[in-house]
Amino acid sequence: MTPSVINLPATADDQRIARLAAFAIGLSLVEAALPSPLPGIKPGLANIVTLLVLQRFGWRAAAWVSLLRVVAGSLLLGTFLTPGFVMSFSGALLSLGVLALACKLPSNWFGAVSHSILAAFAHIAAQLAVVYFWLIPHAGVLYLAPVFAAAALVFGIVNGLVASRLLGEASLKTLPAA
Amino acid sequence: MNEHLKPGDWLVALGGLTLVAGLFLMLWGHAAGTTLIIRSGGKIVAQSDLARNRDFEIKGPLGITVVSVVNRRVRIARDPSPRQYCVKQGWLSHAGEAALCLPNQVSVELAGAIKRYDSLSY
Repeated sequence: MTPSVINLPATADDQRIARLAAFAIGLSLVEAALPSPLPGIKPGLANIVTLLVLQRFGWRAAAWVSLLRVVAGSLLLGTFLTPGFVMSFSGALLSLGVLALACKLPSNWFGAVSHSILAAFAHIAAQLAVVYFWLIPHAGVLYLAPVFAAAALVFGIVNGLVASRLLGEASLKTLPAA
Repeated sequence: MNEHLKPGDWLVALGGLTLVAGLFLMLWGHAAGTTLIIRSGGKIVAQSDLARNRDFEIKGPLGITVVSVVNRRVRIARDPSPRQYCVKQGWLSHAGEAALCLPNQVSVELAGAIKRYDSLSY
């Protein structure tokens, strides 16, 4: 019996998504090492990659990169299938949903900063919903909503500005090749 | 106007700011209390709105606790408790505020239009 060889041909598209997801995972890991004043408040640096991919390669690629980042990032951090993972995953899903609509906005009016803010709010809304309806069904959770929303706004703007700035970099334009 | 912040981005940021401010006001703002609830030994003995200035005299194991309503505010005016904590607490006017006279087992609570969560009963 000859050992069967399974060939999974990877297209250039697959390799690009894998490379970009690896960037995002790296940022997730870096961010996990940063101390946070309040559990749940994180800058969401990996979302910068999602924004870049959205602008450059479209929503489908952004969805792949974002979800791969959540799943593979959680495997590396050892949080796969924990409540924290469910929160990240639902946050990613809702913000991708919002981004699907947001990228239809006229691009000469709305840029990466708009996408970033909207996605950040979607992210925190989904996470609060998971916490409230599943983990801690107590109104006290909603008491923290304004703090989380304020953090989402600040980090949404900052991440959006970083993404917008990076999109203008010449070096990034050569990224998809290689 | 720089190239990174387009007009729509300002709009979205402004909308976000409004949302955050609204959330703060809605969830952290102190709504005025509208209903006074007085309990003695854990049972509600009097319930009233704050429209009329009046005094309530509530009997407890140590004696009479006097709760007075003046200009939509409430305070424990007199109480037989030795340390007088609930009297010293002064006026209550926001929803969710409460004063307890533990020795005399009398409590006063202000409820708003919406019952806020309270950490005492959680």
